[in-house]
Amino acid sequence: MKRILFIEDESALQKTLGETLRENGYEVVSALDGESGVKLAKTKKPNLILLDLILPKLPGFEVLKQLKKEEETKDIPVIVLTNLEEVKDVEKAMELGATSYLVKANYSLKEVVDKVKTALEG
Amino acid sequence: MVIKKILSQLNLLAQCRKYDTPLNQCPQFLFLIMGLIIIFSSVITYALGARYIKDPQIVLLLVLSVAAVLLVLANLISRSFERLAQANRLKSEFVSIVSHQLRSPLSNMRWALEILMSGNMGKIEEKQLEYFSILRENSDRMRELVKDLLTVSRIETARLSFKKEMFSLEELVKELISSFEPFSKASNTEISFQAEKDLPMVLSDRSKIKLVIENLIDNAIRYTKGKGKIEIKLKKKDGSVYFEIKDNGAGIPKEDQKYIFQKFFRSKSALRYQTEGSGLGLYIVKSILEKAKGKIGFRSREGKGSTFWFTLPIK
Repeated sequence: MKRILFIEDESALQKTLGETLRENGYEVVSALDGESGVKLAKTKKPNLILLDLILPKLPGFEVLKQLKKEEETKDIPVIVLTNLEEVKDVEKAMELGATSYLVKANYSLKEVVDKVKTALEG
Repeated sequence: MVIKKILSQLNLLAQCRKYDTPLNQCPQFLFLIMGLIIIFSSVITYALGARYIKDPQIVLLLVLSVAAVLLVLANLISRSFERLAQANRLKSEFVSIVSHQLRSPLSNMRWALEILMSGNMGKIEEKQLEYFSILRENSDRMRELVKDLLTVSRIETARLSFKKEMFSLEELVKELISSFEPFSKASNTEISFQAEKDLPMVLSDRSKIKLVIENLIDNAIRYTKGKGKIEIKLKKKDGSVYFEIKDNGAGIPKEDQKYIFQKFFRSKSALRYQTEGSGLGLYIVKSILEKAKGKIGFRSREGKGSTFWFTLPIK
């Protein structure tokens, strides 16, 4: 079973997207802040990371930077899932090594799950 | 620190960029020009005075005192302009922050609703579905409004990015017409499209121009009642590609026509036809076309319909 690390501080989203991913046959590990996100990425070795950008303790961009710096996590694909939509944010995330950048408000739950599927299987 | 502040204030170009005004409307630049003119005219007056008047020093003193008063006044005016511009920028930033904050709870709601409506949580009765649909439609409306507010705030704080790429306007229009098909069918409106042969590509921001055409098609469908007919035309015109969309809808009353590109303005006939809508669409359309160095215009008669057109430079 493929494992997804979902770094998101909003419990409502952890529930809606987290459970939908589980129903689609994935194992979902939740992190509610940036720091535990980085730690869990190292210990749980997920196949994919879903990362919010506005996070307590360690902001999303910093999380992404650390993930891409560490040998053990640098090859895990990271999908940024956020409501920030400024071009400079998108560019910064892509420069730091994100696989793709999704703006929550522009996607339905099903579309996000489809993106996850493509990233894991395609 | 103080020196740094003074130096940064002396950097005219950076100061003017902050307000996103052209150089000839920038208060600091105008202030500088005014100062130069005053100095120049003082020197000329002194030279003339020295030649024709016995006691030129008195004339010089008079001119210099008037100049000093004028300079103080000009400084006050430019400061008050700066304050207004700053208040406006803060307002736009406020809109941006509020809109971002609104987005998260809105996404949560929409996704939770999607799960409920999928039926995975148990069978939904028809009546329940009806109310869920109302929730979904209204959360979609709110999402569109927040999106428009964010675009407007980007326009006003000069953060609207604009990438240039070559693309075919014809392909884009075709793509949009087919994406609007479910909506136009549901509204009993037929869209026809005619493009001149061998149209050149345009150099512009495809995603922004898409937003422009989407807004124009959406308006044309929205403000037509009964059997609607929309005609879209593309042709080449004086180094530009010309786009035209004609509908047989509500039209715009004459007295409202000069306001329709203003923010939040909604025409009386628009309100009669549709209660939805933020009044931001045409403001966004015009701002994007200004940025794209294109032109926009319209003809309209109340009760007969409207024709909106725009041009985009080929290069």
